[in-house]
Amino acid sequence: MGQVVLKGINKFYDSVHAVKDVNLQIRDKEFVVFVGPSGCGKTTTLRMIAGLEAISSGDISIDGSVVNGLAPMDRDIAMVFQNYALYPHMSVYDNMAFGLKMRKFTRPEIDRRVRDAADILGIGELLKRKPRQLSGGQRQRVALGRAIVRHPRVFLFDEPLSNLDAKLRVQMRVELKKLHLRLGTTAIYVTHDQVEAMTLGDRVVVMKDGVVQQVGEPLELYNRPANKFVAGFIGSPTMNFATVTVTEANGSLIAENAGLRIRLPDGTARRLRGHIGHKVTLGVRPEDLTVAGAADPDHPCFDAVIEVVEQLGSEILLDMKVGQDVMVASVEPTVRVNVRDKLRLAMRPSSLHVFDVKTEEAI
Amino acid sequence: MIEGAIWRKWAFFYLPMALFLLFLLFPFYWMVITSVRPDGELYRPWNSVNYNPFWTWNPTWDHVRYLFEETLFAAWLWNTMFIALVSTAISLVCGVFAGYALSRLNFPFAGSLGTGIFITYLVPQTLLFIPLAEIIRNYRLGDTPWSLILTYPTFLIPFCTWLMMGYFKAVPKELEECARIDGASRWQAMLYIVIPVAIPGILSAGIFAFTLSWNEFIYALVFLSSPEQKTVPVGVTSELIRGDVFFWGPLMAGALLGSIPVAIAYSFFVEHYVAGLTGSVKG
Repeated sequence: MGQVVLKGINKFYDSVHAVKDVNLQIRDKEFVVFVGPSGCGKTTTLRMIAGLEAISSGDISIDGSVVNGLAPMDRDIAMVFQNYALYPHMSVYDNMAFGLKMRKFTRPEIDRRVRDAADILGIGELLKRKPRQLSGGQRQRVALGRAIVRHPRVFLFDEPLSNLDAKLRVQMRVELKKLHLRLGTTAIYVTHDQVEAMTLGDRVVVMKDGVVQQVGEPLELYNRPANKFVAGFIGSPTMNFATVTVTEANGSLIAENAGLRIRLPDGTARRLRGHIGHKVTLGVRPEDLTVAGAADPDHPCFDAVIEVVEQLGSEILLDMKVGQDVMVASVEPTVRVNVRDKLRLAMRPSSLHVFDVKTEEAI
Repeated sequence: MIEGAIWRKWAFFYLPMALFLLFLLFPFYWMVITSVRPDGELYRPWNSVNYNPFWTWNPTWDHVRYLFEETLFAAWLWNTMFIALVSTAISLVCGVFAGYALSRLNFPFAGSLGTGIFITYLVPQTLLFIPLAEIIRNYRLGDTPWSLILTYPTFLIPFCTWLMMGYFKAVPKELEECARIDGASRWQAMLYIVIPVAIPGILSAGIFAFTLSWNEFIYALVFLSSPEQKTVPVGVTSELIRGDVFFWGPLMAGALLGSIPVAIAYSFFVEHYVAGLTGSVKG
C-alpha cells in the first residue's frame, strides 16, 4: 500500500511563502509527477513528504496515518536524488545494502534483495565497484537500486534524470516507466521537464510560485489546460498566444487584433458570448496550425509572414509574424516555404483555447 | 606549465625552483652536517687552514651518542610523542563533533559561534600562557605532561573545528539525507556516512594538530621545569645551551632527530592530506 494525502500543506522560509495550501490525494500504485519552473515549490513539497523539511502547516498522511512528526527513516519511503548521493566510500553492493543493514535485515535476506534489485536493473556485474568507477547512467541505476531493495511504500524522485545526457535521459525515462509498471509502487516524481512529466506521469501536478495550477492526466492538461500558465508550460513548442478583442458581426463572433481577424468557431463562440467588446487571450498550439487550402474552408484562417524555417525532419517549425505577435507553427515536412514568404494558415477549430486577460484562467 | 622555448622553461621554472629548494633545504643540510661533524672542526676559527664549513671528511656519531647517553633525550622524545598524540586525539574528537555541529545543525548563532571559535585561535599564546599558568598552578598540574595535554587543545580545538567545518560543508548534504531516509538516525548518518567521507579532512587536521603540538615551545617552557619532564624543543634548547656555551653538535642532532617523526607522519599521509586541503569529495 502507498496512499499519500497532502492536506493544506504550507511552507514558510522566514518571510517567503514557498508552498501555498497544497491539497492532493495520491492513490496507491499511482505515478504522480510534480512539474514546474525552478523555484515553484515542487522540490520543497517532495522534501516535506520525505520528512527532510518541516511542514509549516497542514497534514501529510501515508496510508491514512499522519506522518508530520515522523523522522524520514520511519516513513517507509525511498528517495532518489538529483546528484544520486551514492556513498562514495562504499561499494555498489554496500550502497544498496546500507538501508537494509540499518533496518537489521538478516545477511541472507540482504544478499537476496540486493541481487534481485541488481538483476532488475542490470547492474549485477558492478556490485564490487566504487561509485567513482561508474558512468552517469550506472550511478543512476545504483541510486534506483538502493531505493527499490527496501520495498518501500512510496518512491520519491527529485529530478533524477537531469544530470544525464539527452540520449541517456530518454532511455532511463523508459526504464523508469517499465520499473514502475513492474513494481507497482506509488511514485512521486519531481521534474522541470514537461516531456518527462507527460511521458511518466499517470497524473501530473503543475505548480507555479508555490501554488498548484492544475492536477490531471497528461492529455487532460494538454487538451484542457486550466489557465494560461499550464497551457504555455505543457507542450513543445509552446502554445501561441495572441490578445484579441471579441466583436459581433452578422450573428457570429469575431476575434481580432492588429494583424489577426478570425471568425470564432461555434463551440468557442458560445463560451465567449459574455465577453463581447472585451479583450481575451487566444491560444493555439503550433501543431494545431496547418497551411490553409486543402483543409476545411470553415476553419478560421489568418495570414502570416515567415521569419525562420526550422527543418526537424519529421516536421517543420515556422517562426512567423502575425501582426504584432510572434507565432510558431508545426507543419508537414512536405510543405515548401521560404523565409519572408507570406502564408495563409488555418487553425483546427476544436483546439482553440481562450483565456481571461486578467486572471489568465481558461474560459 | 610554462609554454614555449626551452630557455623559458629553465629561466622561469627550473631556476627559480632550484633557488627555492636551496633556500628551503639548506637549514636541514646544515643541521645534518653539524650533527655529524667532530667538535674539533665545529669550534675551529673561520680563518684556519683547510677550513671547510660545508663538508666534513671525519663524520662521527659522537653527538648522537652524547644525546642519548649524557642527556635525557629519549625521555624527551617519549614525552613529546605522548603529549602530542593525546592532545591531538582530544582535539580531533572535539573538533570533528564541533565542526559537524556548526556546519550541519541549524541552530541560532551557529555562524557567529563559528567565527568566535576561530577568533580564540587568533589570541597569541604569549598572552594566553599567563592566565593558563595560574590555572595550571591552582590544579597542581605544573611539571606534569597533563599541563600540556590540557592546554594544547586551547589552540588545537579551534583549529581542528575550523578546518572540519570547511570540510563538512563540502560533503554533499544529500548523502546524509539519503542515509536518514535509508533508516539511519542523525547520529548513525554522521558515524557511517559523513565521517568516513571526511577522513581526508580529519587526517589533515590530525597531522596539523600533531605538528603544532610537537613543535610547541612556549607552554612547554613555562609549565615544565624538571629535565625528565621536558619535551624535545624545550629539552634540547635548555639542556644543551648552558649559559653562553652552545653544544652545537648534540643540539643539531637533537633538532634533527626531533623533526624525523613529523616528517614521517607527513610523508605517510601526504596523499590524504592534500586531498583534505583541496576538499575533494567525489560523488
